[in-house]
Amino acid sequence: MSIPNDLRYTKSHEWVKLGNDGIATVGITQHAQELLGDMVFVETPVVGCKLKQGEECAVVESVKAAADVYSPISGEVTAANPELEVAPEKINQDAYAAWLFKLKPVNAADVNLLMDAAGYQKMLESEEH
Amino acid sequence: MKTTSLNQTHRDMNAKMVDFGGWDMPLHYGSQLDEHHKVRRDAGMFDVSHMLAVDIKGEGARDFLRRLVANNVDKLVQPGKALYTCMLNPHGGVIDDLIIYYLSESHFRMVVNAGTADKDLAWMQAQRDERAPQLEIIPRRDLAMIAVQGPNARARVWEVIAGSQAATEGLKLFQAVFFDQYFIARTGYTGEDGFEIMLPANEAAEFWNALAAAGVAPAGLGARDTLRLEAGMNLYGQDMDETASPLESGLGWTVDLKTDREFIGKEALLAAPAKQQLIGLVLLDRGVLRSHQKVSTANGASEGEITSGGFSPTLNQSIALARVPLTVAAGDEVQVIVRDKALRAKAVKYPFVRNGKILV
Repeated sequence: MSIPNDLRYTKSHEWVKLGNDGIATVGITQHAQELLGDMVFVETPVVGCKLKQGEECAVVESVKAAADVYSPISGEVTAANPELEVAPEKINQDAYAAWLFKLKPVNAADVNLLMDAAGYQKMLESEEH
Repeated sequence: MKTTSLNQTHRDMNAKMVDFGGWDMPLHYGSQLDEHHKVRRDAGMFDVSHMLAVDIKGEGARDFLRRLVANNVDKLVQPGKALYTCMLNPHGGVIDDLIIYYLSESHFRMVVNAGTADKDLAWMQAQRDERAPQLEIIPRRDLAMIAVQGPNARARVWEVIAGSQAATEGLKLFQAVFFDQYFIARTGYTGEDGFEIMLPANEAAEFWNALAAAGVAPAGLGARDTLRLEAGMNLYGQDMDETASPLESGLGWTVDLKTDREFIGKEALLAAPAKQQLIGLVLLDRGVLRSHQKVSTANGASEGEITSGGFSPTLNQSIALARVPLTVAAGDEVQVIVRDKALRAKAVKYPFVRNGKILV
């Protein structure tokens, strides 16, 4: 399983990409989607809502279970992916393309404090044991 | 963990394995949704060898079962005929739900749930020791069980088991027959046509692979659960258990209170008429219904709870079975509390889906 090098990761299996425009894009990882299985419902945060790091802000539900999504950093929601409302399976098809929401970070540097690909890989390996 | 004789076969087919009540079983082989649709539209197969076949042998087997289970085994007249029933405790709670096949007056075969098998055996042996010590109760772990389900399921089985068509195409629902080393029953847990087939465990892998080669899709416990929920079939441990009356679990039709036959649990059931019922729910808002979510009626006065909920791939929306007061009627709108939000759902008569058709 490849873990993209240009993203940052959380312990709760979200990925974050900081764009050149300073906006952070958030999704769930390939590992998370594999654990959950076929997605059937996604609830994204409301645009304009201010999130704190670690705050529950979205829900992804598969045929198997519901899982909370936590905001990887603090910031204000600027967009939610409208595609997922009608096609939640896009997360299964490509977890790193099917973003959930975008944030304007309170402090963009917070993104770089999250795990990089190597760190996330290491965490997954340790979880398997 | 306990394994069936098909464990390696599942792994070879890239199954995602899970711990299911101590059994290492396939959850899916890639996509639970695809497997679900394959069963509704064509043919799929499930390894259900974790369930236990139990032979009851000896003189007086029928008498023993008359008292042991809540449905009336006197409905079993033709050899091969099957009966769905609950086995109750003296308080009227459900020890297990099971199928009984009538093979001869001295031979009945039961199929019980995996998670309850040990408890069931202990209970039956205790009853036997007390009432009918001449009977043998024989757990058949030497048998594998494969459910082949879907509109094309029977035709696929006939392709694979040479000569089986003539022997089984006359079988009606809930009838079974021995053919060679196979015990073939026209039963299932999906709401589709098909067979449940028992065979020697050491031949299961070869049979499974032959079915796969004939185009039958392997399907896991995930699809099995969404299929049975759409079909409105109870799951032991969720929709009923030892604390629940069958009369409040949608199983009144399996409890024979009309004859004067005495059976374990009957007195308790007669003393406690149903106050609640199992109904179907279809979610009108977006979201997914799950077991244990609270249900309230429009005025908020009466309360109920979802016993089984999930996403219905056939309806493409969420459905559930819920235990609610008798005052709730089909067509009523109710509220379900999902993560502190009240979502709207419609009460319906179930099944939701039968033989590929949406009924709600």
